Amino acid sequence: MKTWLLGTCLALILPSSLAQRPTPAERHLPYSVMRSGLDFSSTDVQALQADQFANPAQHWLTLGNALWQRGSVANGKSCQSCHGDLATGMRGVATRYPEIDRTSGRLLNLEDRIQNCTTKHQQAKPLAPESEALLGLTLSLAQASKGMPLRVAIEGAALAHWQAGANLFTQRQGQLNLSCANCHDQRYGQRLFSDVISQGQPNGYPVYRLEWQTLGSLERRLRSCFSGIRAEVPPWGAPEMRQLTLYLMWRAEGLALEVPAVRK
Amino acid sequence: MSFARIQWPQRIVSGDVVKLRLLVQHPMETGFMQDLNGKIIPRNVLRLLTCTLGQQEVFRVEPSSGISANPLFEFHVRASETAEVVVQWVDDRNTRGELRQTMAVLPRL
Amino acid sequence: MSIAGSRRNWLQRWSRLALTWVVAQGGHGWAQQVSSGQLLSFSEMVEPITQGAGLQRKNVSLSAPILADNGTLVPLSVQVHSPMTEQDHVTHLYLLSQRNPVTLMAVFHLGPWSGIAHIGTRVRLAGTQEVVALARLSNGGFWYDQMEIIVTESACVDAS
Repeated sequence: MKTWLLGTCLALILPSSLAQRPTPAERHLPYSVMRSGLDFSSTDVQALQADQFANPAQHWLTLGNALWQRGSVANGKSCQSCHGDLATGMRGVATRYPEIDRTSGRLLNLEDRIQNCTTKHQQAKPLAPESEALLGLTLSLAQASKGMPLRVAIEGAALAHWQAGANLFTQRQGQLNLSCANCHDQRYGQRLFSDVISQGQPNGYPVYRLEWQTLGSLERRLRSCFSGIRAEVPPWGAPEMRQLTLYLMWRAEGLALEVPAVRK
Repeated sequence: MSFARIQWPQRIVSGDVVKLRLLVQHPMETGFMQDLNGKIIPRNVLRLLTCTLGQQEVFRVEPSSGISANPLFEFHVRASETAEVVVQWVDDRNTRGELRQTMAVLPRL
Repeated sequence: MSIAGSRRNWLQRWSRLALTWVVAQGGHGWAQQVSSGQLLSFSEMVEPITQGAGLQRKNVSLSAPILADNGTLVPLSVQVHSPMTEQDHVTHLYLLSQRNPVTLMAVFHLGPWSGIAHIGTRVRLAGTQEVVALARLSNGGFWYDQMEIIVTESACVDAS
């Protein structure tokens, strides 16, 4: 009798607590409604992104391509010497990050991976976050996967990170007590003052954001989201940022990578 | 170092009026913005940009902080013969930049 | 306290308040030597350049979005219908802002070598305002065009 009662109680409680958090099987945004931030942007911003010549992010591409071929001061190795041409050797790479690093077991985003390579294999000093060089290289890497659909792996060791990211996405926080999901899952397409709320997709990063008047990474953008809802901004390099990025990339599965993207 | 790129139509015949597009990498700091520590970022904008075609100056602009970062300038010029386009600019810190590219012009039959 | 004394007190208190109010209006701007937010009149915008010379609203087309959703990058172009000959051409094109801290956004120097008087650029606009495109002609006269551009603010103000 007692066992039956206990069993029933557990059966009633457990599934409901699981249902509060997304699981890999459930998607809040079905594939059919997925839209890039470009769709929510004004015609001027769309025109800026489409302008091959005058897209303001072009300069970083030029820089990134040049840095790809530059031999390091310490050992003369360039990215090219190990990886070959960007277009052929790095095709598809940007669509797979963040991923678990096989050596250290850490979850790395694309910028972390670049840092890993430049410090370990080129024996160079780490590049500062949001530095011209790091942004340029990230953008060039993204360019090699231009137009390809995003596809991150969340099996195995990545699953726990995915779950942490999913929790963060649905958790209310900050003085405004909002979760990412409140706006970007439940209210996309509606207006916040004069802004149209987008789905918060990560398929255009690094992005030339008009607000910043420069190119910036997804981590910078996520930090400004935290700041926007008046939550404490995690420090640069925080694992929760990478976990959130992993969740966002999973959520954005199938969206094409836009390079170089412009957003307001 | 400032990157710049310039573009014009591929096929130009002598006498054509062609549109040139010029994109220069420059933050165009207004002098009104603060960095994350609250310190004012000093003003530094492109204060003069010139473009010569061969021996002739064909464009000059004096921008102010009212021009966006990574400025784009579009202007027109009447082409007569193949000549070198030289764009030069200087900012408030007297840092100079230059871009050279030859404009090929077909003779008019 | 006598009536004169209490009136003096009243006067002092209110004049102090009024003075504070006046300073508060202009104090911040004065501290930064910035006059943004104050909308200039049309003559305040153009007089320093035209200096009383003949000014007509014609032959100039200013193209820009009516609504810019970010004030840091607003694309605009100006075309002047001028033959651009030695005898008759546009010498300068001025882009003027009604409320930016710096009124003169850019000066373009053109000439007969330009073929046509048509320029384009991207400007910063500190809020909704009138923008004037002023063309100086080789004969000393001026033509202009103007338009109001609405600039919206980002809903999420993040110190990013």
